[in-house]
Amino acid sequence: MAEPILQQSRNIIEQQAYNRRMTWFVMSAVVLLFAFLGLGFDYFYLGVFDDGLFSFPIVTICAIVFSIIFAYSTLQQGASVVLQSTKAIPADRQNTDHQQLLNVVKEMSLASGLPMPKVYIIPDNDPNAFATGKDPQHSYVAVTQGLLSMLNREELQGVVAHEMSHIRYHDIRLMTIVAAFVGAIVLLSDVALRGMRYGFGGKVGKSKNKNSLGLVVLILWVITLILAPIITRLMAMMISRKREYLADASAAELTRNPVALAKALQKLENASEPTASIKRGIAHLCVVDPIGKAVNEKEGFWAELFSTHPPMKKRIMLLNAMAYIKSNGIKNAT
Amino acid sequence: MLFYIIAAIIILLFFVVIGIYNSLISVRNQVRNAWRQIDVQLKRRHDLIPNLVNAVKGQMEFEKSTLESVVQARAAAINAKGISDSIAKEEMLSSALSKLLAVVENYPNLKSNEQVKQLMEELTTTENQITFARQFYNDITTTYNTKLEKFPTNLFASALGFELSPLFQIENAAEREVPKVDLSIKK
Repeated sequence: MAEPILQQSRNIIEQQAYNRRMTWFVMSAVVLLFAFLGLGFDYFYLGVFDDGLFSFPIVTICAIVFSIIFAYSTLQQGASVVLQSTKAIPADRQNTDHQQLLNVVKEMSLASGLPMPKVYIIPDNDPNAFATGKDPQHSYVAVTQGLLSMLNREELQGVVAHEMSHIRYHDIRLMTIVAAFVGAIVLLSDVALRGMRYGFGGKVGKSKNKNSLGLVVLILWVITLILAPIITRLMAMMISRKREYLADASAAELTRNPVALAKALQKLENASEPTASIKRGIAHLCVVDPIGKAVNEKEGFWAELFSTHPPMKKRIMLLNAMAYIKSNGIKNAT
Repeated sequence: MLFYIIAAIIILLFFVVIGIYNSLISVRNQVRNAWRQIDVQLKRRHDLIPNLVNAVKGQMEFEKSTLESVVQARAAAINAKGISDSIAKEEMLSSALSKLLAVVENYPNLKSNEQVKQLMEELTTTENQITFARQFYNDITTTYNTKLEKFPTNLFASALGFELSPLFQIENAAEREVPKVDLSIKK
């Protein structure tokens, strides 16, 4: 008994440290990206670096200041923004369904030795769930109405344990920040590209025959603008995929009942239609991909690269393997 | 020269012991906190039982002995002294309660009663919370005990006032055969 748990707790500390490093990395990457985009704006639209004269790179400075403020406020407020975007409401003890959910969350907070997260209900009939927050002391678990009505108590416990594991490993802060950045960068590059199309800068037209270096930089800048949303989204997907296996395993450790989570995942997979109230940008926070069945079922390198979650069959198989059940990926979900 | 070397070794050892001492303190506090969590849940169970017994009493005329054993086990558990006595008494209460819950399953009109339903959910979660609180207690206590027993901590741990903490375990063979009950209320 002792060794696996010690092993596990060492892994938790490693994972937490890894998440802390990644949070810093993502935040500095975003500040750099904003600075780069701002620099390009100064150069091509405003012509700040023309003629060897020093002039003030106003947009760059603004971009850096803005991105730092943005990063800080995301760190503090990100969770409530994410919750608001799904129209989640706090769970109510008077409601029998909510009472059970609150009880199950309390059970899992005891099993993990963490403080009780705040519990929210998303008014959506598609089953899904996610966790968000700054740290275990300020954490939230949100569950859709559909999940509550579809799963029995054991299965609900499995899904809540999965979310609790994201809190336990400190995944939530990093994933919430990534969610906010994906949204912001998509918006930003959209604005910048649209601005370029209307060509309100004086420099874009003129710089063509000036020197080839300017042209190369311009192309690089445009490519960055186009690729930034894709790259950040790929990053979000990569960050989240690995975590799902870990959270599944840790959920099994908390409930000592991997089969219940496997059954729950099977039900979620069978039911999955796009979860309308969960926006694309926070897909990587959820227990199953809210976009639906088509994505969850694919396997192979490319399918995995473009999905926020590992293939469902693999997850179910691994969970069943923990309970010494041989399966071909599909267990009867009763 | 020799004096300096010995002094350096003593100072080094001093810091090593401080480090070990501090890490033991932090784990021991976690163990104590985990124990208090169990206590909170046990107290909650003691408070819930009278409500449940009152709610089902009227319709369970034939099951008087089951109800009585729950009430008696509760009284014994409340009056238990010391950790190992209370562990044993709470185990007895657990098995009495699970028998009651199994029996309630046989009374459809009880099961459909809204108040009983809510009480059952509360009792189910309390039982689960006790189980999970114990699971966490056992995990963290195992970590703590392992730390204590490892070299070189074992050389001076008891001198510093650290003792092994007891684990929750079922001592009575009969209690291992607690009836398996499906308590899921939702369909």
